[in-house]
Amino acid sequence: MSVESGGSSAGSARATDGGRFGRGAEPPSEGKHEFAVIGRPLPKIDAWAKVTGETRYADDFFLPRMAYGRLLRSPHAHARIRSIDATRARALPGVYAVITGADLPRVKFGILPVSQDEEALCTEKVRMVGDAVAAVAAVDEETADHACRLIDVEYEPLRALMSIEESLAHPEVRIHEYGDGPNVHKNVALQFGDVEAAFARADLVREDVFFYEGNTHLPMEQHAAVASAGPDGKLTLWSSTQTPHYVHRLLAKILEMPAAHIRVVATPVGGGFGGKLDPFAHEIAACRLSQLTGRPVKIACTREEVFYIHRGRHPVLMWIKTGFTKHGEITGCHLRTWLDGGAYGSYGVASTFYTGVINPVTYKIPVYKFEGARVFTNKPPCGPKRGHGTPQPRFALECQIDKAAEQLGLDPAEMRKRILAEPFTKTANHLTVTTIGLGECIDRVVEASGWRAKWGGWRSQSEGASAAPSDNRRRGVGIACSAYLTGAGTAVYWNSMPHSGVIVRADRSGGVAVLCGATDIGQGSDSILAYLPAEILGIDPKDVHVHPADTSLTPVDLGSYSSRVTLMCGMAAIQASQRLREVVARAVARKLEVDPGALAFRERKVGVPDDWEKAVDFAQAVELAEAMHGVLAFAGSYAPPKRAGKYKGGGVGPSPCYSYSACVVELSVDEETGEIELHDVWIGHDIGRALNPLLVEGQVEGSVYMGIGEALMEGQVFRNGVHKQPSLLEYKSPTTLETPEIHTFLVETDDPEGPFGAKEAGQGPLLPVIPAIANAVYHAVGVRCDEVPITPEMILKGLELRRRGKAARVGPERIPRFTFKEPVVVESAFGQPADAIAVRPFAQ
Amino acid sequence: MKARLSLTVNGETHDILVPVHKTLLEVLREDLGLTGTKHGCELGECGTCTVLVNGEPVLSCLALPADLADAEITTVEGMAEGGRLHPLQQAFAELGAAQCGYCTPGILLTAQALLADRPSPTRQEVKEALAGNLCRCTGYTKILDAVELAALRMGAPR
Amino acid sequence: MIRLPAFTYLAPRTLDDAAAAMASHGAEAMLVAGGTDLYPNMKRRQFEPTVLVGLRAIRDLQGVRGGARDGITIGAGTTLSAVAAHREIIAHYPALATAAGLVSSPQLRNMGTLGGNVCVDTRCNYYNQSYEWRKAVGFCMKKDGAICLVAPGSPRCWAVSSSDTAPVLWSLGARVRLSSTAGERTIPVEALYRDDGIEYLAKQPGEILTDVLLPAADGWRSAYLKLRRRGSFDFPVLGVAVALRMDGRVVGDARIVIGAVASQPRPAPAAAAALVGERLGRELITRVADLAAGPAKPLDNTDFTHPYRKKMTRVFVARALASLAGLEPAGRPAEEVA
Ligand SMILES: Cc1cc2nc3c(=O)[nH]c(=O)nc-3n(C[C@H](O)[C@H](O)[C@H](O)COP(=O)(O)OP(=O)(O)OC[C@H]3O[C@@H](n4cnc5c(N)ncnc54)[C@H](O)[C@@H]3O)c2cc1C
Ligand code: SF4
Ligand code: FES
Ligand code: FES
Repeated sequence: MSVESGGSSAGSARATDGGRFGRGAEPPSEGKHEFAVIGRPLPKIDAWAKVTGETRYADDFFLPRMAYGRLLRSPHAHARIRSIDATRARALPGVYAVITGADLPRVKFGILPVSQDEEALCTEKVRMVGDAVAAVAAVDEETADHACRLIDVEYEPLRALMSIEESLAHPEVRIHEYGDGPNVHKNVALQFGDVEAAFARADLVREDVFFYEGNTHLPMEQHAAVASAGPDGKLTLWSSTQTPHYVHRLLAKILEMPAAHIRVVATPVGGGFGGKLDPFAHEIAACRLSQLTGRPVKIACTREEVFYIHRGRHPVLMWIKTGFTKHGEITGCHLRTWLDGGAYGSYGVASTFYTGVINPVTYKIPVYKFEGARVFTNKPPCGPKRGHGTPQPRFALECQIDKAAEQLGLDPAEMRKRILAEPFTKTANHLTVTTIGLGECIDRVVEASGWRAKWGGWRSQSEGASAAPSDNRRRGVGIACSAYLTGAGTAVYWNSMPHSGVIVRADRSGGVAVLCGATDIGQGSDSILAYLPAEILGIDPKDVHVHPADTSLTPVDLGSYSSRVTLMCGMAAIQASQRLREVVARAVARKLEVDPGALAFRERKVGVPDDWEKAVDFAQAVELAEAMHGVLAFAGSYAPPKRAGKYKGGGVGPSPCYSYSACVVELSVDEETGEIELHDVWIGHDIGRALNPLLVEGQVEGSVYMGIGEALMEGQVFRNGVHKQPSLLEYKSPTTLETPEIHTFLVETDDPEGPFGAKEAGQGPLLPVIPAIANAVYHAVGVRCDEVPITPEMILKGLELRRRGKAARVGPERIPRFTFKEPVVVESAFGQPADAIAVRPFAQ
Repeated sequence: MKARLSLTVNGETHDILVPVHKTLLEVLREDLGLTGTKHGCELGECGTCTVLVNGEPVLSCLALPADLADAEITTVEGMAEGGRLHPLQQAFAELGAAQCGYCTPGILLTAQALLADRPSPTRQEVKEALAGNLCRCTGYTKILDAVELAALRMGAPR
Repeated sequence: MIRLPAFTYLAPRTLDDAAAAMASHGAEAMLVAGGTDLYPNMKRRQFEPTVLVGLRAIRDLQGVRGGARDGITIGAGTTLSAVAAHREIIAHYPALATAAGLVSSPQLRNMGTLGGNVCVDTRCNYYNQSYEWRKAVGFCMKKDGAICLVAPGSPRCWAVSSSDTAPVLWSLGARVRLSSTAGERTIPVEALYRDDGIEYLAKQPGEILTDVLLPAADGWRSAYLKLRRRGSFDFPVLGVAVALRMDGRVVGDARIVIGAVASQPRPAPAAAAALVGERLGRELITRVADLAAGPAKPLDNTDFTHPYRKKMTRVFVARALASLAGLEPAGRPAEEVA
């Protein structure tokens, strides 16, 4: 089944007709619809608060007696701390407290158990400009700011290592003492089958080198946190975080206090994208300062600080070698990645694996070898950003396929269709793939974009450049595809508890409360938590009250990352709602003297469809059930199926199911200025099922937008050890004027793993955009940009090379000298059937 | 230096005593409790803090209340009339134009000024009017759609 | 949140009061109009005046007077939005309307004034940074330090003149009126600027720019092209202003001024002279564009690489001329028509 999103809501279409926009507001009127709530373009439950300015983000909290905090950050990229003297700061009127690392327990922490390398306030060494060394609480922000400037820190500068090459070339300078080698945080190698033999079988073997510059999430909301330590010794933290549970656990460790005495509440997050997934110095300092001052303490980061604490996209250098048959089939692939990790571990070990392990999910790759290394540098640490570790290798592989298609004389869209992975099979690296809607995604975007005419028609073989006549600009189209996980199969710390829990409680009013630890970061998770119970209980989403992300109230959800929330919370919410429904059904069945199985729940009533006049109001049904059963509160739990590959490293990559995307981009390139203008983006996304097409389209459009920024202008650039442009003006984020029309096509595959068949939408659609743009640039002007962001300077350089008769390629020339580990060698599981019934814990 | 000022926000006049170097953004949020106005940079680089001064969109992070004694200031809290949402608010809610919602107040107000000036703008005109408001979530698509929908509903002649 | 440092704010209602306030507070005081340039700079501690003299309450600084036939006078306090939307300016001084309309974002144009734009501080990506950032990198001579980080051996600052309207006003032959307690004077725009990143204005700090005077339109045509990464927000990293007057079928007079490639707008007189007496055709345009790119000496302290900005100077001059000649931009298929 396939749904054109434009039909069910505004989609990408223009406003030409008032009628079709209004659908969301009016109650669904069309007669036959499988579901009452699912699949409808309903407004989000928090939409009203958001459009009236009522939503309270962390920085909107003003508590009585609240103090304002500020962090003093290192001006050195790498230095030993000789001494910190806060005497002058403490003497400043209006200052309540000044703390340094000495005022915190001496424990190192990190989001991953294997990388415990951070301190909230550095004690011995600073490893980047922006590392925090002290914190102040004062009567207002100005005073706190002033006090920071009065703290005297003596540093002994050390050599700063600002690139992968530099860090590898200077083993005598050590950023950290741990890792897989001097300045090497992680070194991994996995091999599934014999790649050399696979290359020998190929008609064409390509080796290419690519570079993907690092970039950052840039949420519009700057991180902020308010901590309040009570006289009872308990602590509450309200924070703009995507992972209240992890923050809760780590705070207990960092502050050396019982977790039971800490409450973490995630406030509505003003944009996350992975940037609010680690515990941060400002959160920890606010807690400690509140304990010391006996006042609530707020610390709100400045935009510049947000650039330093980011944990954004890793810069990755890639070497990729792939064998192709003359029909375009891949015989085998060997990928090497070098990640510039920055100063700390963060999620880096996972990021390193993610640069390799998701690649085999898209196409048939029978044999696969992956080697990856993450290198420490004296820059802000990188971590998970939308697509976590996968957009970089996606760019490499999809551009390489484009090159191969050209050499083989194949239409790159058709070639991709020919090599799609097989549904319900395993990949070479033992990942179980369920449904795949990629073929249909390709069909939809190829058709809607007019791909065949444009790709074939504008192509002038002799020149290698398009001959579309349109002023001094050349038009081109490009295509690329991708896959992404719907929730990581394992938690960041090993355990066998649920990944997501939901409590559903019905009250006598007919209202239903849903408690869940998930955080709404704009993706609409609160709304999903209302829609699913509403669907199952036959009530209106408005009757559902969602209480999210409060560690002392809500069951744990691991957090809003890796596109896991809709699937995992959704499954837990379904389970809890069904448990409630069963009890209610039993009570109503007894009253109506029918079989519980005969009952339907809809229109806020419970009854037998053929005898609907007798149906009982939902509120009354709840009373009957409560009288029979006692308080109506039911829990649902979800943990992903246990299908990790049985080899070391097999824990990263498995997911209940994978989403798929295909993208066609049309652009033009000005041959004189090198400027690129995007005209249209067509994106097909296999969403499994769109629980709410409006929300899904929103996620897809947002992903495309972010991909455009990464492809054309966003980059974290460093100069003299310092971020070159930590501002919203100089870090370029596309405005309305750079954003093309985005045409979204949702393909539904009804995946058996997802809630009502749903898969993820928040990250995957970013992936194909970047290579599709690079491929379109080539189609337009014949320049291969093997590096992003693609700048006008690069285009002009490529054109100049072409003019001089050289290969018009711009990109990295070398790869580092580096020895990877001996690979873990495992048989390829390619093509094996997926396990018929996956073991899913807590399913009963 | 503190100044005694009277500031008219959303039709209500407030007499306040504030340091003169506090920006309108700070005074709205910290002294008047109107936290609907957000901020993303405080340097004029994002448009998040947009409010209307005499109907025109301006950046509250770069405005001094001392200059606005005679002005009518509108914040997002002043868009709805009584309990009735402005058609833009309605359309933004219905079409999912607010994801994280952080850019939303500034965008709503900018759009309100546009529609007051140009009741039926073309899509390009909407883009140009909103070119000073960054949004990282939506790719602007639903925002543009919602402005067009609100314009239609506000009964602009086609 | 980044906040302003404390200051005393004066909001005089007349020019005389403003001039008197500036005179009495001396170096402590600064003028502020829209504040869109000064306030961000103050928040980053590039300026910490203890007294600000606000110009917004002065009626005499507002509005556009006169007409194209005899020349137009624009009050320095007129917002950029008003300049960009002014019928007479759009019709007869189109480059000025274009330039004003391309400044930053719509909101900023509602606040920023023409006077502030003419006097806007020079920019450098070692300088337009927070206090903490500048401290981390090492302060430079424009503020708090002793050396230039872009050209370390250099005795001067090379911060970039980043006004969109300045090169246009220069190319249009505009003059500015300055007023202080010492009296009033009117000077050509080009006399307002100095080739120095720090002391970029050749006026006394107490002098208030009151008006911008445009000469009679008198058959002059004008165009402005701006290079920047995005279509909004971004400062020019190259601005090309071209004005010319046809004399029958040949160019009677011409001026080309390049913005954002030096500490002040850079005129290209040799290039302009090469146009005079000639018919505007492809070949001439190419030759003139090459000549015009000569004076552009961008350094590596803005967005884009400086060789690229230099290269684009030629392209933009050619395009500006082509548009004034009524030709399609260079390289189009319509080339033959020329
Ligand atoms: C994000 C951002 C983007 C920007 N982009 C651009 C851009 O693209 N192009 C561009 O040209 N500018 C840009 N600017 C700079 C600035 O906004 C404009 O130049 C604006 O026109 C300045 O006017 P103002 O009235 O706000 O100046 P103010 O900030 O009030 O003043 C600027 C300077 O001029 C002095 N001054 C102001 N008025 C007078 C007067 N009447 N007499 C004497 N001195 C005076 C002030 O003392 C101060 O030194 C940008 C600014 C920001 C924050
Ligand atoms: S050009 Fe040199 S002196 Fe001037 S602001 Fe830049 S670094 Fe400082
Ligand atoms: S907060 Fe960014 S422009 Fe005001
Ligand atoms: S909705 Fe999140 S920034 Fe616009």
